[in-house]
Amino acid sequence: VAEEPERSRVPEFTCQVAGCCQVFAALEDYQHHYNMLHGNACSLCSRAFPSGHLLDAHILEWHDSLFQILAERQDMYQCLVEGCPERFKTSRDRKDHMVRFHLYPADFRFDKPKTNKGPALRGSDADPSAAALVDEGDMMEVCSDPAATPPAPTGERRTYSHRVPSTICFGQGASRGFKSTQKKNKHH
Amino acid sequence: MWSRYPRRSGLVACGVEELRRRRREREAALRKARREQQLVSKRLLREEAPEEARGECVAAVLGEAEVQQFLRLAQRGTEEKEREKALVSLRQGLQHPETQQIFIRLEGSMRTLVGLLTSNRALLQLEAARCLHELSHSEQSAVAEACLPATSYLLTYLSGHSSDFIELCLYTLGNLIVESEVVRRQLLPQGIVPALAACIQSPHVAVLEALGYALSQLLQAKEAPEKIIPSILDSLLPQHMLRLMQPGPKLNPGVAVEFAWCLHYIICSQVNNTLLITHGALSTLGMLLLDLAGAVQRTEEAGLELLACPVLRCLSNLLTEVAVEAMGGQMQLKDERIVAALFILFQFFLQKQPSLLPEGLWLLNNLTANSPTLCTSLLSLDLIEPLLQLLPLSNVVSVLVLTVLCNVAEKGPAYCRQLWPGPLLSCLLKTLALSDTEVVGQSLELLQLLFLYQPEAVQAFLQQSGLQALERHQEEAQLQDRVHALQQIALHG
Repeated sequence: VAEEPERSRVPEFTCQVAGCCQVFAALEDYQHHYNMLHGNACSLCSRAFPSGHLLDAHILEWHDSLFQILAERQDMYQCLVEGCPERFKTSRDRKDHMVRFHLYPADFRFDKPKTNKGPALRGSDADPSAAALVDEGDMMEVCSDPAATPPAPTGERRTYSHRVPSTICFGQGASRGFKSTQKKNKHH
Repeated sequence: MWSRYPRRSGLVACGVEELRRRRREREAALRKARREQQLVSKRLLREEAPEEARGECVAAVLGEAEVQQFLRLAQRGTEEKEREKALVSLRQGLQHPETQQIFIRLEGSMRTLVGLLTSNRALLQLEAARCLHELSHSEQSAVAEACLPATSYLLTYLSGHSSDFIELCLYTLGNLIVESEVVRRQLLPQGIVPALAACIQSPHVAVLEALGYALSQLLQAKEAPEKIIPSILDSLLPQHMLRLMQPGPKLNPGVAVEFAWCLHYIICSQVNNTLLITHGALSTLGMLLLDLAGAVQRTEEAGLELLACPVLRCLSNLLTEVAVEAMGGQMQLKDERIVAALFILFQFFLQKQPSLLPEGLWLLNNLTANSPTLCTSLLSLDLIEPLLQLLPLSNVVSVLVLTVLCNVAEKGPAYCRQLWPGPLLSCLLKTLALSDTEVVGQSLELLQLLFLYQPEAVQAFLQQSGLQALERHQEEAQLQDRVHALQQIALHG
């Protein structure tokens, strides 16, 4: 079994985020896990996204009832590719645009159409492309207790963002800490 | 300019005029000559996992059944550790081109890998990304193209928070970009330029270096001037690049080198160099050059010497832009410190990097060509002798030194007066004794200017057997005209 001396080994510990049951024995692993799964997570339905940009789009489209009302009258579905200003009437139209104009895959994992069921259930009314991904579970889901998911409030606007709290810095830029600087081989 | 000075005789003057015109054309071409020269060093960066860094033997080539098994285990294994180990084994196998071929030919393999890349298990994601990185090393464009389904995710992850992961994605993208135009043609509409423009604001040095690498590969694509560089110039990338090249306590040499090369490729493409000048490129590069000279003087190298080459080239190329000449250059570049800095760097190059001497001299040429101020600096800082000392080094260096001296001499009698007397004549007689046509040709140009503005030089030339030196070359096709013109001036006064 290969040891990995460069990773900072610590006694096993569990992720502290409520509902997350993952265990780690190295700080870098935990750092990566935290950034990927809790860094941009929706506090309402626990779905995790790889970036703040996608999280914002998700919250707007899934949890904001004002959005739904406005969407009836104007083009509200923004293209998910950063830098593209296009907006569309429906999420379907937006997907078509992303596939045809941006050459994105038709089953792009971070552009799921909204389902009415909770995260733990895979409804048959879900988009057919989503059903094909059953073997991976819903992408980027944190293993959370479905009962803990509160229903979306109606008519109430709150700030939803759930960013990395400032107290967690993973030692970036700090001179103390376990992580050694990794040297890379560069061939010029 | 030429009409201000009395002509010796109608016939000779006419020939000399023509010769001067030809010289000016040649020198203008020389100033612009380096635009096409791009550094073709492809860098494939491999992040070594600890076990490989320790030199342990890497896994053997995997067969189809093994690849399938590892994929299945990674996707459907029950134990987290088991799934991870399967992916690690796959990754190690993918270091071999044979395994790569087997992988890409296996149906559903990339789909499974992409599924793992976007899964909710962070460590599986990381290993899947490493598998992709191995595939990106392949020198076969078919393998790179097999990775196409993953690119939208690699780009999406660039706006995440995990700097190690972002770094990995950037190197992978950079490798894929090198290998295949098909990949590049997909990455552009997928938004690679805005993704990079967002990513360049990261504070992490490792991310910035990786970004510099990926960007430099993109900029070296053959279709870059038409298809890629315009959108890069439209974005905030150039401003951020220049920001990361600002000298000062926050300058990171590794990062600055990457972006200096990126700047070089953009400048060479000549798409819109005026825009770069508007963003302050000349100013930044000039200050960086001064900084480099300072660091070299303090004998603290700290990786700064790698910056020398791209900075010299960028500056030299930008100086040929019409805009600069029209507005007389920017403040820093009229400052004589830039000339002093260059000579400090020449001394350093002599000892450590002789190949950079021509680059530095080329910059000096472009600086002095249209600037009487900087020619004065050369004279007042007593840099003519050090310049002459470089003559014997090589023919290329000689031609450049002589061209710089021509730039000075051409500015008029006041300048020639300061070039004469001195070691200049004996140096010229030595260069005339050489056989390289270009060196001799440039020596003749310089002599012509000296004879024009400093008539006393003719006498001294004759006394030191100058005519015999000229005779050697009077049959040489490329030199004949100039030799005859000089002989006329020398004999008939």
